[in-house]
Amino acid sequence: MKKIFALALALMMVLAAFAGCANDATEPTETPVGTEAPEGTEAPATTDNPDAAEPAEGETLIIGGIGPLTGDYATYGVSVKQGAEMAVKEINEAGGVNGITFQLLFEDDQTDAEMAVNAYNKLMDNGMQVSLGAVTSGACIAVSEVSKEDGILMLTPSGSQVECIQYDNGFRICFADPEQGVNAAKFIAENGLATKIAIIYDKSNDYSNGIKENFVTAAADLGLEIVSEQAFTNQSNTDFSVQLQAIAGSGAELIFLPIYAQEAAYILTQAQSAGMEQIFFGGDGLDGIIEKIGADNVSATEGVMFLTPFDPNADEQNIKFTSDYQAAYGATPDQFAADGYDAIYTIKAALEQSGAKPSDSDFNEKMIAAMTEITVDGTTGTMQWDASGAPSKAAAVVVLRDGAPTPYTAE
Amino acid sequence: MMDLIVNLVSGLSLGSIYALIALGYTMVYGIAKMLNFAHGDIIMVGAFTVITTVSMLGLPPALGIIASIVCCVVLGVCVERIAYKPLRKAQPLAVLITAIGVSYFLQSLALLIFGSTQHSFPKIITVPAIEIGGLTIQGNMLVTLAVTTIIMVAMSLFIAKSRTGKAMRAVSEDRDAAELMGISVNRTITITFAIGSALAAVAGVFYCTTYGFIGPYTGSMPGIKAFVAAVFGGIGSIPGAMLGGILLGVIENLAKRYISTELSDAIVFAVLIIVLMVKPTGLLGKRVNEKV
Repeated sequence: MKKIFALALALMMVLAAFAGCANDATEPTETPVGTEAPEGTEAPATTDNPDAAEPAEGETLIIGGIGPLTGDYATYGVSVKQGAEMAVKEINEAGGVNGITFQLLFEDDQTDAEMAVNAYNKLMDNGMQVSLGAVTSGACIAVSEVSKEDGILMLTPSGSQVECIQYDNGFRICFADPEQGVNAAKFIAENGLATKIAIIYDKSNDYSNGIKENFVTAAADLGLEIVSEQAFTNQSNTDFSVQLQAIAGSGAELIFLPIYAQEAAYILTQAQSAGMEQIFFGGDGLDGIIEKIGADNVSATEGVMFLTPFDPNADEQNIKFTSDYQAAYGATPDQFAADGYDAIYTIKAALEQSGAKPSDSDFNEKMIAAMTEITVDGTTGTMQWDASGAPSKAAAVVVLRDGAPTPYTAE
Repeated sequence: MMDLIVNLVSGLSLGSIYALIALGYTMVYGIAKMLNFAHGDIIMVGAFTVITTVSMLGLPPALGIIASIVCCVVLGVCVERIAYKPLRKAQPLAVLITAIGVSYFLQSLALLIFGSTQHSFPKIITVPAIEIGGLTIQGNMLVTLAVTTIIMVAMSLFIAKSRTGKAMRAVSEDRDAAELMGISVNRTITITFAIGSALAAVAGVFYCTTYGFIGPYTGSMPGIKAFVAAVFGGIGSIPGAMLGGILLGVIENLAKRYISTELSDAIVFAVLIIVLMVKPTGLLGKRVNEKV
């Protein structure tokens, strides 16, 4: 018995060691630029200008990200992490910002608020000075509560619910849920996609409820008729046959899906086998659906539309980002990767604007103040922030054709 | 009216899957007097076997289903030999906890091997949806219904007519007396686990073709529902498990459609409580008098 116990302990230690390795591999911790630059100026600096020696320390700004790296919603977290990683690497290779190099630490929260707070505390212990909040809304709201206490800048790439940035230190890259609901309704009405609409939403999810409520209000104003509202919960999110049957009988021309990609994958495959031909229209949660639905079922996503601020082929910057991302990770970047990438460049812009150094005692205040002064031309559009923390930017709708997002064009 | 019929058919199809799983629960309970909570996870193992053989190795679907059944039977028998047999004389609570342990073990093993993401299940049953007078009924639902009906009839005949079936009934009635009559109790229990696991594999294939995806925890919810179905129909009774499973599926679907999607599970369990209050042994359960 004791032997087994000892064996188990030994096994755990080995596993822990491996886990450590994995973490190290994902952290681009090299700080070559910060140390290299002063080397050249070493001799004169030490003699005539003692201040110039300061950047020789090679200050590092530790940015902490939290998001689902495992579980049903792992694509979001992995995309944000990879996008952010790429931006950090680019910035460090280009010499950092005023001699400051970036370091990204990323923790898994499995979309769970409690785990996100634990991850946040762990990151704080590791010296985090700017937080990327959390990738998903529920977790991000929990993180916003604790980050308020610490007063550090929290810039969530994709926490879209209003409360994610309820405190003064909170900012976001993506749209807010109300905007998504309103924009979706406007787009459907303006392009005459449908007049009778059915909704399937996740009643147990904040993100889904937020978009759905605003969509319903906006749809009523625009003269769209909601013919069927079907709910599910995280306890009943695999079998949608009943909801789809109800919708099939309601005469809906379009089905609005303000939900995440995993459930949308179930709905689309089940709708396909039930022979339903309605248009499916979703929010940014549908980004990543191709990967979720698997190669066997790609045909079920044909013609699916969703709101996204990120078009991989919009301009030169996006084309370069897309090809670099493909080279690095072997996948087409989705909106979440672009959000993560933009978040890091926004931090860079704020750092440049404020001239703050991570060692400054008023670093947090300087960074937060700089956020409302900057303009960032990112991969998800040109962004400016007001004191509420919300960005101003335009939305686009993409249509999936043969498993790839294409820009919407009126027929 | 059309709507009601479509919902009834999909309820029957879901219910017949529950019934297949419930058969495994009820047979094991009847014969070994234990609740095999790992039964739901056998479904998951069966479905992952299909994914491995059909999606990854590219074998034809029929071979994949056979591999899945063989794999589940071997697993069911191994679990019984390794985890439950040493506890045959132990108190029921110890066996129950072991079963929960086996369930977690299987889930964690799948998590380690396949990761936590949902895998898309290969489309093995490709029967087009049929239309009868404006009704659209999904092809896979009809196949599910047909195959489960055949299996249930075959099972009933097997239990009623065959020698092994007779032995199973004898062991469930009185284990000691059966042993005195020359029936090998251990062998009978092993066969029961094998049959139960094979049924779970078939149920897993149908469950996953209906919903399209599978993850390490896919088996736990249908497992729990099927356990409820077994209790509902009267645990230990084979026709009870079939009736309980089908009723449960139909009630669940109708409650979802006509009352509330969020409350459907609550309604199912409320019906169970009411039935147990009126008939404590379940719909077809027998009252067993304690012999002194």
